[in-house]
Amino acid sequence: MSVLEVRNLTKNFGGLHAVSDFNLTMEEGELVGLIGPNGAGKTTVFNLITQMIPPTSGSVIFQGGDLARLKPFQVCRSGIARTFQNIRLFKDVTVLDNVRTSFGTRPGYGLLGAALHLKGYSRAEAELTAKSRDILEVLGLLDKQYELAGSLPYGQQRRLEIARALGTGPKLLLLDEPAAGMNPSEVGGLVQLVLSIKARFGLTVLLIEHQMGLVMNLCERIVVMDFGEVIAGGTPVEIQGNPKVLEAYLGRAVA
Amino acid sequence: MKRTNLTAGLPLVLLLALVFFVAREVLGSLEIINYYWQLILDQSLIITTAAIGLSIIYGFAGQFSLGHAAFFGLGAYTAGLISKLWGHGNYGVFLLSLVAGAALAGAVAFLIGLPILRLRSDYLGIATMGFGIIVKVLMDNSNKWITATGGATGMTGVPQIAKFPVIFSVFLLAVLLARNLRLSSFGRAWTAVREDEVAADAMGVDPTRVKTLAFVLGCALAGVAGALYAHRYPIVHPSSFDFLKSFDFLIIVVLGGLGSMSGTIVTGVGWVFLLEVLRAVLGQSFLDFRGVIYALTLVLVVILRPKGLLSGMEWQALIPRRVPEGNPPAKGETPNVSA
Repeated sequence: MSVLEVRNLTKNFGGLHAVSDFNLTMEEGELVGLIGPNGAGKTTVFNLITQMIPPTSGSVIFQGGDLARLKPFQVCRSGIARTFQNIRLFKDVTVLDNVRTSFGTRPGYGLLGAALHLKGYSRAEAELTAKSRDILEVLGLLDKQYELAGSLPYGQQRRLEIARALGTGPKLLLLDEPAAGMNPSEVGGLVQLVLSIKARFGLTVLLIEHQMGLVMNLCERIVVMDFGEVIAGGTPVEIQGNPKVLEAYLGRAVA
Repeated sequence: MKRTNLTAGLPLVLLLALVFFVAREVLGSLEIINYYWQLILDQSLIITTAAIGLSIIYGFAGQFSLGHAAFFGLGAYTAGLISKLWGHGNYGVFLLSLVAGAALAGAVAFLIGLPILRLRSDYLGIATMGFGIIVKVLMDNSNKWITATGGATGMTGVPQIAKFPVIFSVFLLAVLLARNLRLSSFGRAWTAVREDEVAADAMGVDPTRVKTLAFVLGCALAGVAGALYAHRYPIVHPSSFDFLKSFDFLIIVVLGGLGSMSGTIVTGVGWVFLLEVLRAVLGQSFLDFRGVIYALTLVLVVILRPKGLLSGMEWQALIPRRVPEGNPPAKGETPNVSA
């Protein structure tokens, strides 16, 4: 069974066809890149998959279940986590608590347990705190755990976005331009990072990216969008040689 | 696994509370704290209890409410009526009326919050403002249905049996409740919704549920504070719960620093005492200059500490930023993230 099956997904904003007839099937453990020029509709696809905006038509099937009618938090709890292109961390909250927030949406204790700090509370808190620290360690942010998220440098904020998404315990991770604003050495580190968390947490990853080097190194398969439509798909090598893609996006710079 | 001690600062908090309590008892019996100052102290604790409620709603969860005094008033009238009609000074009925005041305020908050808190943005402010005005009108005319409320002339005859010990206990319970929730997944969900509702939603936090919980709890605290108020001050009057009084709570929470519970407590107590000290120093002219003093205080704080006196700060014994280390999982063990 495919992890994700997107069928004929379409979103119109008035007369604007933001996404038309988008189809995508992802098998377990795949790492797929979604590329395309600015305004091609990539982030809209993410917003549609996570049900943050309702589609005009089409459906999203995740692990056999239709996501239509689910709210974003329910989509997340079903196993899809995402990061945001324009970083949306909880800025005035510590790095640790950013991750603990996503970890503890169903903490295993109720309101009474929380109000009285009962035994179940202490046990659950200790456990989710330890697990959150593990994630921070993997992302190299453990020594920043008590700093406020908003005070971190840009590259670390991007990594914290990933850490926070991992805290929700996802099966499918949607990364929206994780390398945006990073310098070349940070991008190199990111490739390793994505591969290692993918292996470690058993993830299937869909990734939007502008940095061609990153996409070509990282992704097994690439989907190219332009003006809301899928114009090409295939391995990095196939994509690099596809004239339609060159025309729409890569241009002569890569050719 | 070794249990992580997440409540390390609590003994210190409780010890200080005890010291304060005993000191008050001693000073009170020596008449150093006289009747007048005891009245002010009690008022400051009652007001702060309600302000902690608004701190949960606005400070923690970021939901702007302009009707806090109305919920305070609902609690006062509910509890006052129960005690006046059936209690006649019975302490059990009094305690029951505290619960009833909190419950009614919470229930009404739930009914108001249910449709409005589904929406993002500041609709709650508008709705609670309207609610506050409606409640005031209802209180003014309440004697048409229930004579005992006294309508626009206010309600008298509520047994004055709320003394310092019970007021202080309720205050302390409110502080501990807010603290404990703040340090739980509920508290983290509140701040997440305050910081970025869209992101919180995407991270598995149910925004409607979380906001409703904050609003209901916060209003219930206002209700219980109002219930105490009715049993401490001889007249329960509609003008004590009008729109402008809601601003008092708002000023306390904002001046203290949004999101800082320590700030709310310091400013809540400080605000009531400041007004009384000024009243004592300035005498009659205080009433004339009251508005000027309010404005000046606000302007000064906004210039010196634009985000509030203790914004971003907490008394660490009460709400620690650091979380103690537990036993880390064995090396090489993959954390079970999906748990």
